[in-house]
Amino acid sequence: MSDDARRLHPVDVVIVGGGWAGSIMAKEMTEAGRSVVMLERGPYRSTAADGAYPASIDELEANFRYKLFQDLSKNTVTIRNNSQQTALPYRRMAAFLPGEGVGGAGLHWSGVHFRMPPDDLRLRTRVIEKYGAKFIPEGMNLQDYGVSYEELEPFFDKAEKVFGTSGEAYMVKGQVVGKGNVFSPSRSDHFPLPALKDVYTAHLFRKAAEEVGFHPYSLPAANASRQYINPYGAQMGPCNFCGYCSGYACYMYSKASPNVNILPVLRRHPLFELRAGCHVLKVELDADGRRATGVTYTDPDGRVVTQPAEMVILTAFQFHNVRLMLLSGIGRPYDPVHNEGVVGRNFVYQNVTTSNVWLDRSIDTNQYIGAGGGGVAFDDFNSENFDHGPLGFVGGSPVWVNQAGVKAIAAARSGGPPGTPRWGSAWKAGVIDTYRHSLRIDAHGANMAYRDVYLDLDPTWKDAYGQPLLRMTFDWKDNDIRMNRYVVDRIGDVAKAMGARRVNLTKREFGKPFDTRQYQTTHLGGGAVMGNDPGTSALNRYLQSWDVHNVFVIGANAFPQGTGYNPTGMVAALAYWAAHHIRTTYLSHPGPLAG
Amino acid sequence: MLASAILAVTVCGPSARAQEPARDDVIARGEYVARAADCAACHSVPGEAPFAGGMAFHLPTGTLYAPNITPDRQTGIGQYSEAEFSRALRRGIRRDGTTLYPAMPYPSYARLTDEDVHVLYVYFMQGVKPVVHVVAQDGMSWPMSMRWPLSIWRMLYAPDPKAVRQDMDRRTFADPLVARGSYLVEGPGHCGACHTPRALTMQEKALTAEDGPLYLSGGDAVDGWRPVSLRGENRTGLGRWNEQDIVRFLATGRMPLGAAFGGMTDAIGHGTQHMTDEDRLAIARYLKTISPAAPALARGWTYDPAVTDALHAGDVSARGARAYVDSCAACHRTDGHGYPTTFPPLAGNPVVMDPKPDSLIRIVLEGNTLRATRQAPSAFVMPGFAARMDDSTVADTVTFIRAAWGNDAPAVTVTDVARIRRTLSPEHPPVSVPMN
Repeated sequence: MSDDARRLHPVDVVIVGGGWAGSIMAKEMTEAGRSVVMLERGPYRSTAADGAYPASIDELEANFRYKLFQDLSKNTVTIRNNSQQTALPYRRMAAFLPGEGVGGAGLHWSGVHFRMPPDDLRLRTRVIEKYGAKFIPEGMNLQDYGVSYEELEPFFDKAEKVFGTSGEAYMVKGQVVGKGNVFSPSRSDHFPLPALKDVYTAHLFRKAAEEVGFHPYSLPAANASRQYINPYGAQMGPCNFCGYCSGYACYMYSKASPNVNILPVLRRHPLFELRAGCHVLKVELDADGRRATGVTYTDPDGRVVTQPAEMVILTAFQFHNVRLMLLSGIGRPYDPVHNEGVVGRNFVYQNVTTSNVWLDRSIDTNQYIGAGGGGVAFDDFNSENFDHGPLGFVGGSPVWVNQAGVKAIAAARSGGPPGTPRWGSAWKAGVIDTYRHSLRIDAHGANMAYRDVYLDLDPTWKDAYGQPLLRMTFDWKDNDIRMNRYVVDRIGDVAKAMGARRVNLTKREFGKPFDTRQYQTTHLGGGAVMGNDPGTSALNRYLQSWDVHNVFVIGANAFPQGTGYNPTGMVAALAYWAAHHIRTTYLSHPGPLAG
Repeated sequence: MLASAILAVTVCGPSARAQEPARDDVIARGEYVARAADCAACHSVPGEAPFAGGMAFHLPTGTLYAPNITPDRQTGIGQYSEAEFSRALRRGIRRDGTTLYPAMPYPSYARLTDEDVHVLYVYFMQGVKPVVHVVAQDGMSWPMSMRWPLSIWRMLYAPDPKAVRQDMDRRTFADPLVARGSYLVEGPGHCGACHTPRALTMQEKALTAEDGPLYLSGGDAVDGWRPVSLRGENRTGLGRWNEQDIVRFLATGRMPLGAAFGGMTDAIGHGTQHMTDEDRLAIARYLKTISPAAPALARGWTYDPAVTDALHAGDVSARGARAYVDSCAACHRTDGHGYPTTFPPLAGNPVVMDPKPDSLIRIVLEGNTLRATRQAPSAFVMPGFAARMDDSTVADTVTFIRAAWGNDAPAVTVTDVARIRRTLSPEHPPVSVPMN
C-alpha cells in the first residue's frame, strides 16, 4: 500500500494517537526542539464544542450512544474465551469503552489518578521473596516492570501537577504529613490540590471502614477541588460534583484531559502539528526491519499518505498499540503454545465487581452527586499490603465508594435489589428505593497475566481498511476469582458496620466465563509489556522496542500484569519517564537504551 | 542615527520604500505601536490576511468598511508618503484630500509622537505583506454618504496635532510611568473611543483626563456591548481594581474581580496582550490617577451575605433566585464569588452594577468566550441562554444578580431584554473553536 502513497515532508517525530500519552510525548518532544506531527484518527474535540452546557450533559447521547467513543463500525476487536473457540467481533460497546478523537480516552475518563504501588512494579520478585517461587500458579506469567517506584517518583509528581490532581498525602519526604493512604509510599511533594470533599456515601463508608479497622483515604482525583493553573499555564475550573465525568467532556473544565491541560499550550507551539481524522495503517520499517522510517495512514479524504519521521511513538489505546506492532512487524508475535514471542503476550484486564448496599429509608444517599475520581478507598487488601500466604492467591484489590454520579437512565436500567420484578409498580418501588437509599462499593481488583490469555491478529475478520482485526483470547482464572471473593467478603464487613438494611455482594463465580455484554471497565493492559528481559517483554524499561530502536510504545500495553489501581496515572508517569530518557540520552545517541 | 533616518524618510517622501530596507528593530517597534494602537481590531478580518480591510461597521446611518491598509499600491496604502500617512493618521485626511469617517480614531491618534508615526509607517510599508484586496464600497445613506460634511466635523471637533503637541509638552507628570500611561491611553490606545460618551454629533465628550469627569466615564454601546467606566468609581468603575489587577487583565483578559467580554476581547487579543509589562503597568498607574466621575460614586461596595444565606437555606423565593441557582450558580456560585480568573465573580463586579444593564443581558443571552492569550493559554466559554430562557426569565435573573451580594443596580425589565434580543445576530458561529 505504501508504494503509491503520497510522501509528506519528513518530521522529527510522528506520534500515533492524540490522548494523554501522545499529548505528553508531543509536549516533551517539542520542548526538546523536535518537530512533531500527532495523528489522531477521530475528530477534533474541545470543551467549547463537546462540553457545551447544557447540551453536553445528555446521558442518552453520551453514555448510551457513545458520542466520545470508538466507531466500532470501522474497527473493533474480536473476542473469545479460549483458543478452542472462534472469536467474534465486538460490535456493540459494553464491557469496555475505548475512546476516539482528540484527547482520546483521556477526554471521556473519570479522573481517578493513582501512582503504581512499589510492590506492583516488582511483583514477581516480591511474591518469590515472600512466598517462594512455587506460590506462583502454573500458567501465570508473573513479571516485574524493570523500573522502580523511586525511579518513577519524579514523573508521578510531574503528572499530578500537570493534571491538577486532588488528594491528601500520607508521607512526603519520609515524614507523615496527613491522613492519606497509609500503604502508599513516600512522595516528593504534596498533591497539587487538596482532596475533594467526601460525598455522603463516601463519608459513611470512611467511618465504617475505620470502625472495622481498615485504613480509608480519599481517592486521588484528577477532578480539580478548586480552580488551578498547571505548570504549562493551562487553567482548570473547580469540580462542582455534577456527576457528568465518565463519557463527557467536562463543561466546568475541572476534569483533567489532554484537551484542557496540555493541548491549548501544545497546539500553539510552532513545532507541533495535530492532524485529526488520520487513521494509521502501519509503521514503515527500513529494508532490514531494524529502523522505522515513518508511518502510513489514511487522511480525512481517504488518501493513503506516508509521513516520514526520525522517530515513531505509538500512543494509541492499549490494544491499538499492540495491533499496530503486529501489523507492522515490530517485535516477535506471541506464540501461546510455546509461550514464546512477546507482542500480544500478557494481555490483562481488571477484575472489578460492584456490590450494593441499601441503607435505612431515612437516609438519602444522593447518588446524583458525584465526581468521577472522587470517593473513599481502603488498600488493606491491595497489592502486597496483606499476607497472601494463607490465602493462596496472587494479587489484590482496593475497595472503594467512588460515587461518580448516577444518572436517570442508568438508575432505571440498574433496577432494584435482586428479585425485584422487571416491570410494574414493584419495579418502580425497587428502582426508587435503590436510587434514593443505596450505594455501591467496588472491589477494583488486579487481573494477573496468563500464558493462554493473549492478543493476536484475527485470521478471519478485517476492518474497514482491509486489515485484520485484533483478536482477544481472554477468560477469568481461579487465582483471580479467589482474590475477588476474599476481598468482596471484606465489603460485607464494612456494609454491616454501615448498618446496611440489605446487602448484595457481587462476587466473581468459578467457571463463569468473561461476559462481553456487561460493562466492567475500560482498563485493559499488557500485550506489549516493558521489562528487562527481551524474551518476555516487547519493550525495554524505557518503553523502547527491543527490536526497532526508534519506536517507543507508550500506554497500559506496557503493564506486565494487571493492578488494582486505575491505569492513567501510571501511563502518564511512564510517558514522562520515557520522554526524559529520550531527551537526555536517545536524541543525542540514537540507539537501544537498554541491552 | 534615528534622527537621520527620519530625515532621510522625510526628504525622500514617497520613494522611501525604494531605499534600503529599514532595520528589523524599527519594523518591530512599528509593529509594537500598531498593536498598542489596535489597528488590527478594525483593519483585519479574522481568518483573512492581516490589515487587508473589509471589516464591516453597521451603524444606524449605514455600513462602513474598514479600508485595506497593507502596502499594496492599488488597493492599499502603498502610494502614501510618510507625510500623507501621518496626515491620515493624525488629522483624518486621506491621500486624496477627503476626510475619513471618525470611526478612525484620529482625534486620539493626533497625540501620536513623530517617532511612533515613523515606525508605524516603516512597519506598514515594509513589515506588512501587500495584499490586493478591494474593499466593498461604504453603504452609508445620504446625507452621511457625503464626505464633505465630515471635513466640517473634523474642523469642529478633531484636535489640531500641533496644539495637541503643545498641550502634551505643557502637561507635567511627577511619575514618568503615569506620563507614559497617559500617552498610551489617550493616544495610540484610543481607549476613550469606546469608554468615553459621545455627543449627538458623535465626537467624544472628552479626549483626555484634563477634559473633565466625562473622560472614560463609560461609553455608548459598541456592537451591543456597553463599555464600562474606567474611572475610579468604587461600584461601577475601576475603584477596587489595583494596578496589578489591571496589568493582569490587559495581559490575560482575566483577573480575580472580572473577565473580558465583548469588544475588550479584541483589544486584548490584538493589542494589550502583546505590550510589555512596563507599558501595561503604565496604563494601570495612569488609570488609577483618574478620580470617580462624581464624588457620590466613590461610595464603596461591601459584600452582603443575605442572599447567600437565603440560598444556602434553600430559599429561592426572591425574584430570579431559582433561575440563578439552576443556570448560573454552578460556575458563579450561590455566594456570587465565582472562581476567580476562571469564572468571574458577579458580587461586586462593575459590569453587573453598570447603570445600563445591556452588557449583562447580552452575556446571558449570547454567552461569551474568554479567549486564550499568550500568558493565559486556556479559553473559557460561557454558554448563551437565549434559546433556553424567555425574556421574563432573563429579566428576573439579571435583576437578581444586580441586587444580590451588596450589588445595588436597578431592576431590569422584560422590555430591556426584548430590546437586546432583537439585536442578537441570527447565529453566533465561533470565530475559532478554542483549543481546550
